[in-house]
Amino acid sequence: MTRKQKRLSVIFGGLAFLGIATGLTFVALGQKTSYFYMPGDLEESAVAPGQRIRLGGLVEKGTVERGQGTRVAFGVTDTQATVRVAYDGILPDLFREEQGVVTEGAFGPDGVFLADSVLAKHDETYMPKEVADSLKEKGVWQE
Amino acid sequence: MVETGHFALVLAFVLALVQFAVPLAGARLRDERMMAVAEPVAITGFALTALSFAALVMAYVQSDFSVLNVYENSHSGKPLIFKITGTWGNHEGSMLLWVLILTFFGALVAFFGRNLPATLRANVLAVQGLVGAAFLLFLLATSNPFTRIPNPPLEGRDLNPILQDIGLAVHPPLLYLGYVGFSICFSFAAAALIEGRIDAAWARWVRPWTLAAWLFLTGGIAMGSYWAYYELGWGGFWFWDPVENASFLPWLTGTALLHSAIVMEKRSALKIWTILLSILTFSMSLLGTFLVRSGVLTSVHAFATDPTRGVFILAILVMFIGGSLALFAWRAQALTPGGLFQPVSREGALVLNNLFLTTAAATVLIGTLYPLLVEALTGDKISVGAPFFNMTFVPLVLPLLAIVPFGPLLAWKRADLAGVSQRLMAAFGGALLVTAAAFVVSDAASVFSALGVGLAAWLVLGAATDIALKAGIGKVRAGIALKRLAGLPLSAFGTALAHAGLGLTVLGIVAVTSFQVERFETMRPGDTLDIGAYSLRFEALRPFQGPNYTEDRGHFTWLDGDRELGEIVSAKRVYTARQFPTTEAGIATRGLSQMYVSLGDADSEGGIVVRAWWWPLVTLIWIGGLVMMAGGAVSLFDRRLRVGAPSRRARPPKAAEAAAG
Repeated sequence: MTRKQKRLSVIFGGLAFLGIATGLTFVALGQKTSYFYMPGDLEESAVAPGQRIRLGGLVEKGTVERGQGTRVAFGVTDTQATVRVAYDGILPDLFREEQGVVTEGAFGPDGVFLADSVLAKHDETYMPKEVADSLKEKGVWQE
Repeated sequence: MVETGHFALVLAFVLALVQFAVPLAGARLRDERMMAVAEPVAITGFALTALSFAALVMAYVQSDFSVLNVYENSHSGKPLIFKITGTWGNHEGSMLLWVLILTFFGALVAFFGRNLPATLRANVLAVQGLVGAAFLLFLLATSNPFTRIPNPPLEGRDLNPILQDIGLAVHPPLLYLGYVGFSICFSFAAAALIEGRIDAAWARWVRPWTLAAWLFLTGGIAMGSYWAYYELGWGGFWFWDPVENASFLPWLTGTALLHSAIVMEKRSALKIWTILLSILTFSMSLLGTFLVRSGVLTSVHAFATDPTRGVFILAILVMFIGGSLALFAWRAQALTPGGLFQPVSREGALVLNNLFLTTAAATVLIGTLYPLLVEALTGDKISVGAPFFNMTFVPLVLPLLAIVPFGPLLAWKRADLAGVSQRLMAAFGGALLVTAAAFVVSDAASVFSALGVGLAAWLVLGAATDIALKAGIGKVRAGIALKRLAGLPLSAFGTALAHAGLGLTVLGIVAVTSFQVERFETMRPGDTLDIGAYSLRFEALRPFQGPNYTEDRGHFTWLDGDRELGEIVSAKRVYTARQFPTTEAGIATRGLSQMYVSLGDADSEGGIVVRAWWWPLVTLIWIGGLVMMAGGAVSLFDRRLRVGAPSRRARPPKAAEAAAG
């Protein structure tokens, strides 16, 4: 290899690597990110069953039902609409009625949201940021 | 005392302005007396900040609830250690700690930098002074920890219980030592740009500071990861949380800087790139500070946020990143490019390392900021989590890990790749054996897991090979090899240790993600739960009264067949002051692996939900971090790097050089 060829191969190698990195990033941004919705947003935006989203809102009062073992179901509301959420696992310490919560998962065919993770924040004054912003927009909650 | 602290902080701010303006002008005018101002001012500024910090700690220890910050974050019933650590368990106090460490580093440069060229030292301290002034103003204007309450309440609101942990004593100080330590590299880079001159002596100076900052940051991240693992109750060691990413970004670019500084020191090449990396690394630290403090991103680290603070830090961020990059664009051409080298050489390998690390850092940066961008542009709220990073970051760093063992074996300028490969054959064979063994032991569960274990072995064996070859083990008589081993420079051991530590961390991560066992079940006293090769017997649930909390303790016996291995106590705790529940996981270690038990809610029929994990080799994740730190520390004590320490003999020639320059 001449010196010029050598230099070109190094440059192309570097560019190819950066190209792969860019490609991966774009694909991952397209596939691996999940959108955040409040129950009231769901009517206008069609979310297909099985599509991974994050659903946030307040845990509706009087809707928490414990099933067998670690199964639990509860309603998530933004006061305009309510979505039924089913979850199998341990709820966070600060999961309470009328508190902000963010769940992640997908809708099942029956319209129940099957969550595989439930987040409530580790601070009693905390409201998940997305939930707080959305509730403020809707005028339901003020700081 | 509180007012003294406040006053000291104001004085420190004024001194920081002096530290910026006078030496900078002195360096420009070649006025020795003006440049000499930097040293005492930097040291006094540190002393004043330390006094201010001590005043705040005192207020916490005495539970002085007339101070708003103490009232909001402390409680008289808290154990003394948590009263002290609570000082930095909140936004204002932690920012004061941040500034304390910043001025501490400035004072170190002033103290140890006596043999630096005078103008370089003046410029470095001036830039450091400007950074300090910006953050002191930020503290005084938006986050004053010394604000008083007119009618002091009798009792405080207590510290967030999650933070009432020994982790708070270790994690933030280490992390800040790392974060802020990179400010020195930044100041050196800016000073070099201001002077328009850079040489190998510059790199010899920057390298120890980078090493020190890097080793603290490594420790801070590892400690934070372990803290999250045991405190949050479900054993995750890394979440790709925005704030974790914020600490990981400077680590990635800092690691790149560590490597490029070697090239610059040894071969005077990559000068401009090293300067740019120094700027980028501290920029990442500033960005992290902004992300954490402004509350623009959802994360586990929620400081009470306030929009004015976010805007203020954003302004600091723009000023320093924008200013330094502009300075870079303007002056970088003035720096003469250095030595040339072949693609296959130690320099080439280090460039490759930098390419991988900075690209990986770029993907993490994009993943972290993308939600902000999308929300600003479209209003949609999205989340970028682990799946994104697993798809981008992981495939990008895997090849880097695979080539790590080659680096230290390659010669400078021009290397023989075939020869190096041959010398690594033994390590490669060993790694293959380990891969095969892992495949068999795990019952052929997954080829990828076995390969991951093999990769970790490759890193460790490669590091060992490096040392063995340098000492000539196997080639010369044992006595000579031993003597050579003792004579090796410490930095060789540092490199090998750091690379081996990386291997251990990789091994821990692979083992945990591939072979962990998770079970959860509702249990009543007397029930047993099988988990992996072991089982857990639930004995009883008993109440317990702590100093400022009450808890229900679940007592478990850990069994291997019929043999009792010990007791594990896991608790549901409620902190009385805030009526705040936490999960205190029960963790028992066996070898390098851990059994992890956490309690869920009680059901109506007297049972309680128990969630248990078997984490194989999990402790290696953090032990690897400690080994990396040890590598950094060993390297730091290399006598060739010790130009940073005051040495009397070195002074006369240096002084002459300074006068000539």
